[in-house]
Amino acid sequence: MSREHKEISQEDLSAVLELVQKRYGFDFTQYARSSMKRRMQRIMENFGLPSVFELKHKLLNDELFFEVFVEEITVNVTEMFRDPFFYKELREKVIPQLESYPSVKIWHAGCSSGEEVYSLAIMLHECGLLERSRIYATDINSQVLNRARAGIFDLRHMKDYTLNYIAAGGTGNFSDYYTAKYDQAIFKKELKEPMIFSIHNLVADKSFNEFNLILCRNVLIYFNEHLQNQVISLFSESLCPFGYLALGSKESLLFYHDRDRYETISRMSKLFKLVR
Amino acid sequence: MKKRYKAVIIGGSAGGIDGVMRILRDLSPGIPIPIFIVLHRLKNVYSHLDQILGDGTGYTHVKDADEKESIQPYYAYLAPVNYHLLFEEDHTFSLDVSEQVNYSRPSIDVSFESAAALYRGELLGILLSGANSDGAKGMHRIREYGGYTIVEDPATAYAPTMPQAALDLVEVHKVVKKEDIAFEVKRLI
Ligand SMILES: C[S@@+](CC[C@H](N)C(=O)[O-])C[C@H]1O[C@@H](n2cnc3c(N)ncnc32)[C@H](O)[C@@H]1O
Repeated sequence: MSREHKEISQEDLSAVLELVQKRYGFDFTQYARSSMKRRMQRIMENFGLPSVFELKHKLLNDELFFEVFVEEITVNVTEMFRDPFFYKELREKVIPQLESYPSVKIWHAGCSSGEEVYSLAIMLHECGLLERSRIYATDINSQVLNRARAGIFDLRHMKDYTLNYIAAGGTGNFSDYYTAKYDQAIFKKELKEPMIFSIHNLVADKSFNEFNLILCRNVLIYFNEHLQNQVISLFSESLCPFGYLALGSKESLLFYHDRDRYETISRMSKLFKLVR
Repeated sequence: MKKRYKAVIIGGSAGGIDGVMRILRDLSPGIPIPIFIVLHRLKNVYSHLDQILGDGTGYTHVKDADEKESIQPYYAYLAPVNYHLLFEEDHTFSLDVSEQVNYSRPSIDVSFESAAALYRGELLGILLSGANSDGAKGMHRIREYGGYTIVEDPATAYAPTMPQAALDLVEVHKVVKKEDIAFEVKRLI
């Protein structure tokens, strides 16, 4: 049987991840395998690498290539007001609870290019909370953080995002939050003011503050059960008493050994509150 | 000797729901292997397609595939809206929000290729009605691994583009009307 595509075996995959760990200290060994395999296949195609042997060789010798590798292997796809219903529930069920605090600290873990961060900032602004907020947005990938810092997104997406914004219960005019220039939407400086962007690796780095709200959406689906448990433990350590945790629409606390510490605020929107 | 297939995967787009309903009804209340269903769905539309398929067909267990859920016989799993559905070596699902493929997430190609890598020659792939060519490459992959391939007859399909694209790319085993697909499945498992 002849095959056109280059099939990566489990052994190949393990060997590449081991090499990356030894050479660069990045541990991807507990990431979901099927997705890793797809991404690696893509990298090999894009760079014309005929086999895993060449991939390993390039990883070993070319540090710039490793940066591209990380960017490719971590899925960065995101959008503004993704799952509008989630934002609606956040607005109705969580934001009012945060209003009683003199200052509000928020952490977006795995923020990618920042669309989620700007979305929440817009909501906080509309609820009169933005001025009192400190927003930490982190990711493992420095490339996407640069884009997030810039706050410039593709103008073509604004039509979709406007619909999302309305469905999310936005109370203003979405187009007031950016200026259109050529094919870009440049988001307003005021939104950016409370934001701090920084590299943080959820696999290896520690807790760095205490937060009223942590959002980590569509990141855990790429981790195995063991790593999910470890990362949610990190969030528990990083939440204030009665702080809130928001996960992606298909993620859960199922693999967290101490899940009784959380109360479910919304099952559908994956909103949880640390109560113990 | 009859070959035993370990799983069925079905893809479809415009007009595909009809085909899926027909197949599930004919296979109800269930078959002793898992069925995976990848239908193009509108994103951000929260519909209870799992319930519609379950209630409307008498197939006992129909549900959205959950992240890391382990795959069981007698179940029909739907790829959730807005995620690619992938298959792990330990027979669990993974969900993935990476780029759309063929303008679709879930993409049929992505799931078919991932399932083929897991089940190899023991996968039965079915491609139904649809208005684009997602799924053709996936059928090709299933065939490469020695799996069995069935395509809904474009002549009677609601939208012929999808099954026709597969026929243009792959030498499939069977081309049948949607009414006859379940019969083929029963014959093969
Ligand atoms: C699919 S995006 C999710 C973006 C956004 N939260 C959303 O839901 O739209 C996943 C992000 O997680 C990041 N990521 C992956 N592994 C990570 C790690 N170990 N530590 C921090 N971020 C990580 C990726 O770089 C990527 O930007």
